[in-house]
Amino acid sequence: MKTRTFGFHLVAGGLAVLWLLPILLVLTTSVRSFSDIASNGLGALPSSFSLDGFGQAWGEGGGGHAMLNSLLVTVPTVLLALLLSSAAAFALSRYAIPFRRTLILVMLSGNLLPPQILLVPVAKLAELLGIYDTLTALIVVQVGFGLGFYTFVLQGFMRSIPDKVQQAALIDGAGVVQIFWRIVLPMTRPALAALGALAFTWTFNDLLWSITVLRTGSVMPVTPALLGLQGQYVSNWNVIAAGSVIAAVPTVAVFLRFQKHFISGLAIGAIK
Amino acid sequence: MAVLTAEKPKTAARAANRRRRVSPVLLAFVLVPLVVEGFWVFWPALQGFYLALTNWDGVSAPTFVGLGNFAEMFSDDIFKTAALDTVIWLVLFGGLSAAGGLALATLLQKERRGVGFYRAALFTPVVFSLVATSLIWQVIYQPDGVFNKVLGAIGLESWQHSWLADPKTALYAVLVPALWRQLGYVMVLYLAGLKGIDPALYEAAKLDGATAWQQFRNVTWPQLRSVNSVVLSVIIIDSLRSFDVVWSMTKGGPYHSSELLSTYMYATAFQSLRLGYASALAVVIFVLAFGVIVTYLVRAFREDS
Repeated sequence: MKTRTFGFHLVAGGLAVLWLLPILLVLTTSVRSFSDIASNGLGALPSSFSLDGFGQAWGEGGGGHAMLNSLLVTVPTVLLALLLSSAAAFALSRYAIPFRRTLILVMLSGNLLPPQILLVPVAKLAELLGIYDTLTALIVVQVGFGLGFYTFVLQGFMRSIPDKVQQAALIDGAGVVQIFWRIVLPMTRPALAALGALAFTWTFNDLLWSITVLRTGSVMPVTPALLGLQGQYVSNWNVIAAGSVIAAVPTVAVFLRFQKHFISGLAIGAIK
Repeated sequence: MAVLTAEKPKTAARAANRRRRVSPVLLAFVLVPLVVEGFWVFWPALQGFYLALTNWDGVSAPTFVGLGNFAEMFSDDIFKTAALDTVIWLVLFGGLSAAGGLALATLLQKERRGVGFYRAALFTPVVFSLVATSLIWQVIYQPDGVFNKVLGAIGLESWQHSWLADPKTALYAVLVPALWRQLGYVMVLYLAGLKGIDPALYEAAKLDGATAWQQFRNVTWPQLRSVNSVVLSVIIIDSLRSFDVVWSMTKGGPYHSSELLSTYMYATAFQSLRLGYASALAVVIFVLAFGVIVTYLVRAFREDS
């Protein structure tokens, strides 16, 4: 029995270390000085400590500005997508809307489409509307593309809320909006937290939509900006590493704050 | 005003519901999101299918060429490479992340000391963007990077390599970070599935003297059927969508050796500005995903009833 436990920790611990090593490596690279990397090589043990990489990535590399763009896209996208999808989910799950099942599946199917089929028309549509190369374009397309999945998950969750609660409110004279806003939405909080955390990381980490509807460097969010940083600081690996560390901070923060919800969100669909 | 269907016999409730009108507010609740999705997803998708039948440079009017774009693919060597790489990607990325995810989940299934840490460690990469992931791994893959250093240290100098710059290894070098990030996610899916299995089944199996392997074969595996189908759909759709990691590490190069259909499509559209041909490539990706989409929807439909 003892040796089996030991064996387990050996295997699992080994894997965990192997998994964490790349992260550790990038963290150490980000705090090395350029001259240390240049003279000793990227694979050498660090012999310096410097936060210059972070300064450069954040300042002249444009990381700070890109972070602002990312938040300007991500926050409205998550709020709008969740608001719209929870409204749809509420109506579709709590009322006898005609063709409700078909509607839910049609919405879900939109999210399952490979985005590649949408790229060219979406770019042209944004141009036509005069919002090409603006953060607005990115927000609306991200909301549109995410809606189907969020609606599908939320309606599944809302259906499991007991009807009595709603009937009691109905007797008290509450209208549709009040029932939605005051009763069903608060009861949907765990699902909203899970989807919110997921939607935040998905939107924040997005590359494809950004480089499809944006062109100018100054409007680029963090993920595409990171690629730009790589082109700009070709062999300054400390700056590039610092940039990837900065880019990971918001999603890691969301993950740590919503850990439980985040994981249950990822597992949605697996249990059913 | 509409009313809920609970606590009434089903047919009576249905009849009652049919009589009630759906209020305008409720209608707006459904229609507004539907219109948003319709405008930014379904309408562009239809255009995408139409554009696949045209030649278009994005400036002058598209000219209709029928199935010309698809015919062109037969003589397009880059398309063939990209299609082959996509299949390799599907099999390796999909197969390894499914098998590995299941193995990790079985290993870390039981609640015991330290298991939370191990799970968290394997799961951490999931929160990084694929671009950040690819930069992390580029640091490792550099000619003077850790990977080559380690190879040298264990006496495999002859293996040292510019991993991303060699057409023979580029695709596989990109695959590793993609797997590093995906495995934890698939593990979470399987952990959720394993948690749903009734412990009594294992008790019974143990009473019958089943070995660990027999328990897996006869209890775990059959019980995981629905999770397997979810994992399979997620993996196929993810593989076909895979773009970020390849684009940020190699842009499909060198010499298209790590080109996937998704990267080829993007480059054709936004770098070569051949929007019609790019749309046709997107249709190919759609066709590959179609079976999965339908299966997924059928499954969702059944659960929903």
